[in-house]
Amino acid sequence: MNMIEALNSAMDVALTRDPAVTIFGQDVGYFGGVFRATDGLQRKHGLTRVFDAPISEGGIVAVAVGMGAYGKRPVVEIQFADYIYPATDQLISEAARMRYRTGGEWWSPITVRSPYGGGIYGGQTHSQSPEGIFTHVAGLKTVIPSNPYDAKGLLIAAIEDDDPVLFFEPKRLYNGPFDGHHDKPVEPWSKHPASEVPEGHYVVPLGKANIVRAGNAVTVLAYGTMVHVALAAAQETGIDAEVIDLRTLMPLDLETITRSVSRTGRCVVVHEATRTCGFGAELAALVQEHCFFDLEAPIERVTGWDTPYPHAFEWEYFPGPKRVGEALRRTVEA
Amino acid sequence: MPDYSPYKASVDELLDFYRQMLLIRRFEEKAGQLYGMGLIGGFCHLYIGQEAVVVGLQSALKAGDSVITGYRDHGHMLACGIESRAVMAELTGRAAGISKGKGGSMHMFSVEHGFYGGHGIVAAQVPLGTGLAFAHKYKGDGNVCLTYFGDGAANQGQVYESFNMAELWKLPVVYVIENNQYAMGTSVNRASAEDQLYRRGESFRIEGIQVNGMDVLEVRGAAQMAIEWVRSGKGPLLLELKTYRYRGHSMSDPAKYRSREEVQAMREKSDPIEAAKKHLLAAGVDEAKLKDIEKEVRAIVNDSADFAEQAPEPELSELYTDVLVGSY
Repeated sequence: MNMIEALNSAMDVALTRDPAVTIFGQDVGYFGGVFRATDGLQRKHGLTRVFDAPISEGGIVAVAVGMGAYGKRPVVEIQFADYIYPATDQLISEAARMRYRTGGEWWSPITVRSPYGGGIYGGQTHSQSPEGIFTHVAGLKTVIPSNPYDAKGLLIAAIEDDDPVLFFEPKRLYNGPFDGHHDKPVEPWSKHPASEVPEGHYVVPLGKANIVRAGNAVTVLAYGTMVHVALAAAQETGIDAEVIDLRTLMPLDLETITRSVSRTGRCVVVHEATRTCGFGAELAALVQEHCFFDLEAPIERVTGWDTPYPHAFEWEYFPGPKRVGEALRRTVEA
Repeated sequence: MPDYSPYKASVDELLDFYRQMLLIRRFEEKAGQLYGMGLIGGFCHLYIGQEAVVVGLQSALKAGDSVITGYRDHGHMLACGIESRAVMAELTGRAAGISKGKGGSMHMFSVEHGFYGGHGIVAAQVPLGTGLAFAHKYKGDGNVCLTYFGDGAANQGQVYESFNMAELWKLPVVYVIENNQYAMGTSVNRASAEDQLYRRGESFRIEGIQVNGMDVLEVRGAAQMAIEWVRSGKGPLLLELKTYRYRGHSMSDPAKYRSREEVQAMREKSDPIEAAKKHLLAAGVDEAKLKDIEKEVRAIVNDSADFAEQAPEPELSELYTDVLVGSY
């Protein structure tokens, strides 16, 4: 399965297993989603389980929170992560805090799926990576898969989770493991081992990172598209890097991170999002707190620049394998 | 209740409408071709089919009035008198683009032409247009703001916050709903409790009118009435322009949510450019004259495409300009 098929399969499984699961959002029903992630689900599960919503992101999330508080398990789609901001009030003030302020009586078992990230020439309103805004909020979980197998297992885990989960899907990875080499065609997922996705139910637990490349010279912390970029950078520089796919940012698998960095003594953090107050800053702080006496070099961050995502500079903005490779070199030589 | 009748255009005016609509159509066709050739990347939403809306409305504005719209904005820019070259070069991300190549198809501006964008977030321009109108009122400059948005945007909450404020403060804004009948792949009636969108202002006491957006003279007639209404201080007015986009929502949308026959029927029976052509021929305009216009328009469009292909990309130092006034 490619990423879209895996996500579709996850939702199909969830709808089949749990009658409380309901899927809605813009174009997700009749049309099957702008990226086809919900294709066929309305036909199979019916209009009351999978349906279209108006262009009302605030309303979509708010209704999901209300439904979730009364026993439903909504999975909503925000068509692009760039469109999520009208819903931030509901996500931050309501969904994230419902459990706390009701003393555990009500909660928000909702999943908000949203395609995110750049590399598709979407300009400033179709390319953003807003995960850091949400990881800053206590009470929200944030998941970002990097391949079809994880995408399905993590999405099922997110849907089954009793807390609100933001599930950001790297849209550049929908059809293949894009590694930042925009001038070459992307290999289809079918040639990648992670495209072997079981048909039925399984879970990739939230809060468990995955070491996708073992190494001794430096630890690279990445998620989403940047996992593949980091792998390409390691291969092209020949640096013996250990690449960790975080898979979930909140909760974070700190143990896997610190075990690796304590061993390699060096760490590079990579994300597409803007640099200042990005999730990389939190990662760098945690590594410093937990691995200070093992560190041999300053922790490097390779990120998007502190600008809106520009139309004209797609590949200057996107942190590709060249920039990641340079950071690896600097870090191992420091 | 505000009322209007179709505009009685002189032959010269109608020729101008025809020329402008044709320019938008040929420009968009060319943009589609450049997209297919990979010269334009990412998102590109074509205005083909909707030309009469913007041409009719813009023709009723005065210098100093302001205009704001969503992401399907190429036609609005051309109708605001912005040079084709600068629009096409923005699509290809070149320094000579109207927003230095940094905005792209959905995010273009020209304050010089009273054009305030070009906004990629659905409906976000509606409160912005309300604010522009408020500034017109504050300054007492007698200008108005045309705030365009689509049938999909009409379901965003911020539209109704805007309506309330605009009527409460009697702002000189015409809300123009371009109802092309599909919000991406979702038809109006599948997403709207009240699908007669001209009625969406009723609970705010904003009057609304439904207009045939495929007829440039009807649009101009309604526009003139509406603009006079808001300019006279009566507060906002809502126009619902019934129109149709021939192409998909964007270049990557095969539009499988509607039938080929539906699109074909609109093109054959309701095309705004063909309608204007018929009016012109009936008024005794020589067909050769229309062919000359076609030739002239094609030359402009070809020139802008060549320009947009050859113009240099912006300097890398531009990446960090215009984030803030200074640097940080």
